[in-house]
Amino acid sequence: MSALRTPTGGRIDRSRKLRFSFDGRSFDGFAGDTLASALLANGVHLVGRSFKYHRPRGILSAGSDEPNALVAVARDAARVTPNLRATQVELYSELRAESQNRFPSLGFDIGVINDVVSPLLPAGFYYKTFKWPAWAWQRLYEPAIRAAAGLGRAPTLPDPDRYISRFAHCDVLVIGAGPAGLAAALVAADAGARVILCDEQAECGGSLLAETAATIDGWPAGDWVATTLATLAANPRVRVLPRTTAFGYFAHNMVGLNERVTDHLAAPPADLPRERLWQVRAAEVVIATGALERPLVFPNNDRPGVMLADAGRTYLLRYGVVPGRRVVIATAHDAAYRAALDLHAAGIAVPLIADLRQTATGDWPEAARAAGIRVRTGAIIATTGGRRRVAWAGVAQPDGGTIEPVPCDALLMSGGWTPSVHLFSQSRGKLRFDAEAQAFLPNLSVERERSAGACRGVFGLTAALADGAAAGEAAAKAAGHGGARAPRMAVTAKAFGGGGLLGPAAGTAAKHAFVDFQNDVTAKDIGLATREGFRSIEHVKRYTTTGMATDQGKTSNMHALGIVAAALDVPLPQVGLTTFRMPYTPVTFGSFAALSRGDLFEPLRRTPLHAQAVAAGAVFEDVGAWKRARYFPRAGEDMHAAVARECVAVRSRAGLFDGSTLGKIEIVGADAAEFLNRMYVNAWSKLGVGRCRYGILCREDGFVADDGVIGRIAADRFHVTTTTGGAARVLALMEDYLQTEWPDLDVWLTSVTEQWAVIALQGPQARDILAPFVAGIDLARAAMPHMSVVEGQVCGIPARLFRVSFTGELGFEINVPADHGPAVWQALMATGAVTPYGTEAMHLLRAEKGYIIVGQETDGTATPDDAGVGWAVARSKRDFVGKRSLARASMAAPARKQLVGLLTEDPNLVLEEGAQLVDDPTQAPPMRLLGHVTSSYYSASLGHSIALAMLSGGRARHGARLFVPMPGGAIAVQVTAPVFYDPEGARLDA
Amino acid sequence: MLLIDCPYCGKRPEIEFSYGGEAHVARPADPQALSDDAWAAYLYLRSNPKGRHAERWRHTHGCARFFNAVRDTVSDFFVTTYKVGETPPAEAWPRAAE
Ligand SMILES: [Zn+2]
Repeated sequence: MSALRTPTGGRIDRSRKLRFSFDGRSFDGFAGDTLASALLANGVHLVGRSFKYHRPRGILSAGSDEPNALVAVARDAARVTPNLRATQVELYSELRAESQNRFPSLGFDIGVINDVVSPLLPAGFYYKTFKWPAWAWQRLYEPAIRAAAGLGRAPTLPDPDRYISRFAHCDVLVIGAGPAGLAAALVAADAGARVILCDEQAECGGSLLAETAATIDGWPAGDWVATTLATLAANPRVRVLPRTTAFGYFAHNMVGLNERVTDHLAAPPADLPRERLWQVRAAEVVIATGALERPLVFPNNDRPGVMLADAGRTYLLRYGVVPGRRVVIATAHDAAYRAALDLHAAGIAVPLIADLRQTATGDWPEAARAAGIRVRTGAIIATTGGRRRVAWAGVAQPDGGTIEPVPCDALLMSGGWTPSVHLFSQSRGKLRFDAEAQAFLPNLSVERERSAGACRGVFGLTAALADGAAAGEAAAKAAGHGGARAPRMAVTAKAFGGGGLLGPAAGTAAKHAFVDFQNDVTAKDIGLATREGFRSIEHVKRYTTTGMATDQGKTSNMHALGIVAAALDVPLPQVGLTTFRMPYTPVTFGSFAALSRGDLFEPLRRTPLHAQAVAAGAVFEDVGAWKRARYFPRAGEDMHAAVARECVAVRSRAGLFDGSTLGKIEIVGADAAEFLNRMYVNAWSKLGVGRCRYGILCREDGFVADDGVIGRIAADRFHVTTTTGGAARVLALMEDYLQTEWPDLDVWLTSVTEQWAVIALQGPQARDILAPFVAGIDLARAAMPHMSVVEGQVCGIPARLFRVSFTGELGFEINVPADHGPAVWQALMATGAVTPYGTEAMHLLRAEKGYIIVGQETDGTATPDDAGVGWAVARSKRDFVGKRSLARASMAAPARKQLVGLLTEDPNLVLEEGAQLVDDPTQAPPMRLLGHVTSSYYSASLGHSIALAMLSGGRARHGARLFVPMPGGAIAVQVTAPVFYDPEGARLDA
Repeated sequence: MLLIDCPYCGKRPEIEFSYGGEAHVARPADPQALSDDAWAAYLYLRSNPKGRHAERWRHTHGCARFFNAVRDTVSDFFVTTYKVGETPPAEAWPRAAE
């Protein structure tokens, strides 16, 4: 057994020895150890290098507040977790851990040169130094800083583990399972409340896990914890979550919990997720997060072997590990006396308690003196010595004089306790500064929560238990479970109060006196910031980076405040307080992402004809969440060739297109036509049953919002189509007006986008190809002219057949129930007479006809008239959405951008979409811009490139010669009407 | 995440809802009779108060109904929710009495 283990005691299982490695060296520990306690048991204090100066650092704390001992734990190449606090990593067999931020090795690190030149690296160094020249930032400074900085390294392989998230509801959420939290949970559960109790540690119990003296109701503290947990476990309304950090407090009592399910296991079972993210909605919350011990600020307080007093005590009593053989205590608070007495009782030499206070009286100091421990009051630590571990503490008077070197191999310090108000503050509760406790304490609540125990300044076991019980009772009652009685617990324990020191003791040098261990910020840096004019703590924080490391200043923030307040000679609350933000401790991205990764990252929409498109060799594109067939290349074809072939097929014979993504809304009711009259710019009352109309929908500001063909299926039934991307937005807009402006209308709106498969059959042979497949439908031109709709059967399937065209050719859109789409598609393909075409060809074919695409030609500032569809506006209607805005004078200004066509003088040049139009390309920049290209293609049918554009006063400029300035020179274009193909529409009407 | 009390469904998390802007801004009965300024005021001017705000919400991923709420823009807490066409109690939204 290690000489640094106590012979008995602690909560480790001495019968289960575990082998682990740190930086490739093999060590032994016990089940129940953390990596930190196991390293200490092997005499390893040096565990990392500091961020900026690469100073050797040891283990400071025994919990989640640890700023120094950050390690990477690796299971395999993909499972490397950096920046874990060794104080929270539970030991398992064959655990592999590595130190961070050192090169080439922990013992010899060349970055230590930064420490030698530290006078050159003061606060704000980056801001002052890396300002110019600008090019140097990108090429020189940033790469160098990035290489030198950074804590751990993330693995580059995909994370192979599974993370899940869960929602939970409860009456009372208790955060923290120390004495106050356990008492609160016990009482609330007893009252009948549904309780969730969580704690970040592997074991519930908090400070009771290192409590060997006190008894509760006659039980030793450890036994009381076990009994309490057994009581809670037996209650079906209670859920206890160890290894679970409440990392964020969100609006309306939603608290985020991160449960680490398998990280502590040597062989994680495959059926368990690695982490679980809980989103708990609690009627009432009890915050029982305890308090964190503060270090003392003195020169070289960061030497390995310098540790928080209660952490040293915790290692001794909970883990059976001796933090040192000869331990000097430095303190500004009674708490360290308890640690001194426990060490002394364990047979460890405590040569000196150096108390910064002028007097030390009361139970604890008297007990220490009675035990024969030397107590020196009014003493400061002037420095420490030792190479990679503390070897002596230099004790001095505040007014200077000789330094008394006291040999030691560990130094335990206590600056007092800082209540953990992080979650209370995150809940937007207001804090107040309590001068006696020297701490910010919860004052005004915003959410339905209450703090209990040390996190609200109620210190001492007796008081914390009573406070927790009262909080549990109150929370249960507020959640509707009255009648509980907070039990009176008989406790034997000696307490100590608040107080302590914020900032360094008077007479302490500021150089190398670390405040923020993780970001390497010293008292000197903070002093410099105040001398340079920073007054607010928020500014000091950003300038010095104090409190901005991954620990968010758990051990440092109050010291920084104390230093700034003293330097400015103002009361501490006047300096302000930095904002507490989630997460309380870092949470993995895996936990937040949970199952939303890979195929589940974003929902994908496939049309009913997707498999048919795949079979036909389609190349797909993403259109919103939809996968749409873009083109169908044959062997040897690129996109250009495939699209050209598809277009020729449509223009000469027939093409088949999957239009299923079109938004579809069924509008039904006695007032359906009236509703459409009010929504769309067109007139609908006189549209006959069986007829269709191209509808334009404006927003109330008069700009085009959407368009689509609307067919009248019956007097009280319309089949409305929308753009693919606008479907949900249009329905929401319609629902808004229907529900809130015109609730008197007898109208029902139903989204039927996914109910119908839509197959567009387009081309001069479309009618002949379709004819054999229809029943009950007369396809003759006279019976079914352009812009008509009829219900009948296609391939024996009930169908709505539209005669409409987005290609300029004779065309039909066959709507059949989605599941029957594939059968119809296959039947038509089997004729051998049709060519499947994709969205790329569809875009080109419609551009040849000058048909706009809302969102491509229009950009939210185009009126129907601007977009060339002003003919659709029924000006005689009394009102419609957008009509009043269209009546504004500026909406008819002649200089508005209007839809035009463009033909390049070089027929093979294809313009870039988005390119600008000017009349004189030789003018000096900034040029006067007249408009921009909205759509641009090479038209194989026309043997010429074509483009659509929005051009200022465009309709009056037909025939004008303009230019598109490009990096390679200006391109000359001729302005034309936007219809390039079959302007008379003879082919449509065939 | 806010917890919103849909008057039709009960309390549901915020992700089920979409925000609909200020409530009780009725579309004018005859927009054509309005001056440009009056129409622009209807389109664009909102009260944006610090404090209690009557606003529209839609339970999009639920019953899909629009409803109204009074929310305190300082605390982000809801004072009340109520159906379209209803008036909130004066103690919930003092402007209702104006
Ligand atoms: Zn609802």
